[in-house]
Amino acid sequence: MSHSISTTVRRKDAVAKASGVTEYLSDQFLHSPLHAKCYYSSIARGQIISRILPDLPEDYFIIGADDIPGKNNLHMIIEDWPVFADKDVRYLGQIVYLVIGPDKAKVLELHSQIKIEYKEDTPCYTLEDSMTLVGGAQHEDDNVYTRYDIHHGNIEVPFEKAHRILEKEYYTGYQEHVYMEPQSMFAYWEDDSFVLHASAQCPFYIRKSLVGALGMEPEKIRIIQSTTGGAFGGKEHFPDVLAGPLAVAVYKIRKPIKLVLDRKEDLAYSIKRHPSSVNIRTAVDKKGKILAHDIDLRLDGGAFSSCSAVVLARAVFTISNVYNFPNVKVCGRAYCTNKVPSDAFRGFGAPQAVFAIESHMNYLAYELAVNPLEFRQPYLLKQGSPTITDGVVHEKVMLPEMTKRALEMSGYKEKFEEYKNVPGKGIGFSYFLHGCGFTGNGERDLIKARIYLKKDESDQVFIYASNVEMGQGLSTTFCKVAAKSLDIPLEQVDYVGPDTSIVPDSGPTVASRSISVVGFLVQKAAERLKEEWVSGEAQSITQDYSPPEGMVEWDQDALKGDAYPAYSWGVNIVEVEVDPLTCEVDTKGIWGVYEVGVPIDRQIVEGQIIGGMVQALGYSHLEKLECVDGRFKQATMADYMIPTSMDFPSTQSDIVDNPFEYGAFGAKGAGEMVFDGAAPAFGAAVSQAVDAIIDEVPVLPETLMELTDEGQ
Amino acid sequence: MKDNKIEFTVNGENKIYDGDPLRRLLDVLREDYEMPGAKEGCGEGECGACSILLDGKLVNSCVVAMGTIQGKEVMTIEGLKENERGKCIVEAFADAGAVQCGFCTPGMVMASEALLRQNPKPDEQAIRKGISGNLCRCTGYDQIVDAVKMASERGDGLW
Repeated sequence: MSHSISTTVRRKDAVAKASGVTEYLSDQFLHSPLHAKCYYSSIARGQIISRILPDLPEDYFIIGADDIPGKNNLHMIIEDWPVFADKDVRYLGQIVYLVIGPDKAKVLELHSQIKIEYKEDTPCYTLEDSMTLVGGAQHEDDNVYTRYDIHHGNIEVPFEKAHRILEKEYYTGYQEHVYMEPQSMFAYWEDDSFVLHASAQCPFYIRKSLVGALGMEPEKIRIIQSTTGGAFGGKEHFPDVLAGPLAVAVYKIRKPIKLVLDRKEDLAYSIKRHPSSVNIRTAVDKKGKILAHDIDLRLDGGAFSSCSAVVLARAVFTISNVYNFPNVKVCGRAYCTNKVPSDAFRGFGAPQAVFAIESHMNYLAYELAVNPLEFRQPYLLKQGSPTITDGVVHEKVMLPEMTKRALEMSGYKEKFEEYKNVPGKGIGFSYFLHGCGFTGNGERDLIKARIYLKKDESDQVFIYASNVEMGQGLSTTFCKVAAKSLDIPLEQVDYVGPDTSIVPDSGPTVASRSISVVGFLVQKAAERLKEEWVSGEAQSITQDYSPPEGMVEWDQDALKGDAYPAYSWGVNIVEVEVDPLTCEVDTKGIWGVYEVGVPIDRQIVEGQIIGGMVQALGYSHLEKLECVDGRFKQATMADYMIPTSMDFPSTQSDIVDNPFEYGAFGAKGAGEMVFDGAAPAFGAAVSQAVDAIIDEVPVLPETLMELTDEGQ
Repeated sequence: MKDNKIEFTVNGENKIYDGDPLRRLLDVLREDYEMPGAKEGCGEGECGACSILLDGKLVNSCVVAMGTIQGKEVMTIEGLKENERGKCIVEAFADAGAVQCGFCTPGMVMASEALLRQNPKPDEQAIRKGISGNLCRCTGYDQIVDAVKMASERGDGLW
C-alpha cells in the first residue's frame, strides 16, 4: 500500500541547482573586502613556547587567543574546544591564528612568515595509547570523554553456564565526509550585532557556540544558512570551530571577512567519522543458542570531545541491532587522542555498531556451522520486544516481509549456496535499524523543537524552522507535508531558509529528525492553520514539540527506557567478486529493502537510499584514510578515493510502508539509516568470496592478500 | 603589450584578457566575469565541479591557465542553460531526481552535454564512463545516469 504523499514531485530546488543559478556561499559573496586563512598547529601535542609574527601592512591582521573578547572555548556539548590554541595544542591542525587581509596572495605570504616554537609532548595516537595514558592523561585522569554502561538482563550466570564462549574484535576506520562544497563562511558586523552566513547544518549550534567566546547575548549573534553543498554531519559542529576565530576577527576588525577552506585544508583538518574497536564475547549453549553478549565498545574521539558523547550513545544503543538478545552487557567508551577530533557523520555511531554486531553474527554462524541468515531469525525483534535499554519496540516490525522481498530481489539463497563452491564470489546479508530523532530525552529536554507557519494576505504559506536543506530534499518534503495537510497546491507553500533572527529553534539538522520529528510539527501546525484559515488574511501558527505518548520514560542516569520513540529498519544484500591476483573487490550487485514509516517522496527517499549505500560502500573498501603521526596520509581527492560512477552497479531498492503515529504522514527517519547496513553486508560477501572472516573496514586488497595467504 | 592579450570567447561572446596568464580560468570566470556556475570543489582537477567546455571538450577550469586559451571557445553552464540542449538536460536532471545538494550538478550537466555531443544515444555503461570524471557525494549516481538517458531520449535530434 502506497500513500499519496509518497508520489514523487519535482524538487523545488532542482532546476535552479542544475542550471547553475543557485548561489552557494562563495558565489553569494564573490568579492569580499577581506579574506581569512587559518594558521594551524604543526605538532600534535605540546606547549607553545614562543611566537614570532611578521610586521603587518595596513589592513592586514593576525588574530589569535589574545583577541578573544570572552572565553576561549566553543560551547558544543561541553566547553572543551578552544577558539584559538593558546598555551598548548592538542592536535596537528588546531587553529592558532587567523591571518586576514584584502589580497589573498599577501595573506599567504604573511601566513608563511609566522613562526611558532613548541615544546613537544609525547602524543597519543591510538585507542591503545589513550587507554594506557601515553604521554600522560589529558582528559581527566583516564582519557575517557564519556562512558555509557548498559546492563540488560544478567550476563554472569550465562557465561558460567556457557557451552562455548566465542570472542572477536571488530574495527572500523576513519571516513572523510567530502561534501562537494568545502567549509565556507562570510561574516560582518551590523549595527551592534555579529552576522554570519555559513554553509552549515545547525545555525543555532553556531550561535550557541559563540555566546561565551564573544561575551554577547545570543540575540546579538545572527546566523544565516547559505545553500549548503552537502554536509553528511561534517557541517554539524565543525562550522562552530571556524566561526569562533572568524567571529573574534570580525569583532575586532569590524569589516566583512570571508573564510573558505580549500580542499586540502578541509581534508586535513576537518572532523572525521569515529574509528571504532568493538570486542564481543558471546556465551552460547549446546544447541548454539546465544545466551549472552559481553561487549566492549571503544570510539576514538580525537583531541576534543565535540559530540563524541552523543555518537557513543547511539553506538551503544544500537549495538544489539534488530535482535532481542536476553542478556547483554555493554561497556562503551569514547577516548581522547591527539588527532583531528572525530565528530558527526551520517549514521552517527550506528554504522560502527551495526558493522560489529552483524559481522559477529556471521562469525558465530560460521563457528557454529549454521546458515547465517537462518541463525539470525529466532532473535529478530518483534512488536512488544524489550530493547537493550529495557524500553519496548512499540511499532509493528516488518523484518519478515522485508527479508522475503530482499531475498526475492537478489536471489540471495541460491547464490549463497552456489558461491560456497565458487572461489572469489560471495554474497552477504545484513539487518539494521536506526533510532528516530535524538537519543533518550534529547528531544523533550534538550531540543524542544518549535516551528512557525505563516500565511500572508495572498494566502501564500511559509514554513519557518531551523532545519536546513543540505541536499536531502527538506525544502521540498516540508512543503509537501504542509501543502498536503492544508490541501493546497505545493506552489502555495514556501520553505524559509534558516536565519536565527527570524526562525525559531527547531533543533539541528541531524539524526534524521527533520521529517520524523520536525515534519510532524509542520503537519500539526498546518492542520491547525487549516482549521483557522481565513482567506486574504495574514495568519501565523506556533507549534511546539510534545513527546509521543505511551513511551517508557527515559532515565538518563540509568540509561533505561525508550532510547527512541521508533526505529527505521533495513535489509541490505551485496554481491561481490574478488580478483584472485590483485585481491581487488568488484561489487556486482546491491539490494536494499527499507522501512521508513512512509516515504514523504519516493524519489527523494530513493535518492537517499542510493546515495547512502554508495557512500557506505565507499567506507567499506575504497575510502582508506590513515593517520600517521597525527597527519592524514591521504591529502587530496586524488588519493582519498570516494566512489565514482564507475565503481558500483545500480542499486535495486524497495520500500515497505509502516506508518508511524508521531511522524509526518507516518514518516520516520531515512537519511542516516541508509548508511548503516552496507559495510557488514559487503564484509559478509567478501568473507564468503575469500573464505576468511572479515572483521574490519575498509577491506583493503593488502589485508585480503594477508588473510588468504595465512588461510592457505 | 598587445601580444600579452588573450582573446577568446565565453558562451559566444568575445573576451579580451590582459591579466596574469597563470591565473586559473575558473577564477577569471567567477571573479572577473561573475559567472559562478562553475564551482570550486577541489582545485586540483579531480572533482569536476568546475567543468566547462573548451572548444567542445570537457575540462576542469581549475587546471586551465589563462595563457593557454588564446582563440578558444569556452562554454559554461551560464551559456548552456540558455540553449535547447542545456534546457533539455536541466529538465531531465530535475525530473530524474538527479539533484541533491546541487554543488556538482552544473558540472554534471556540462559532462552530460559533452557526452551527448559525442554519443547522442549512450547506453548505461557509456553514461557511467562519460560522467566518471565528475564526482557526486549525494546521489550515488543512479539518478544521474537516469537523467542522461532521459535527456538522450527526449532530446532526440538535438545532438
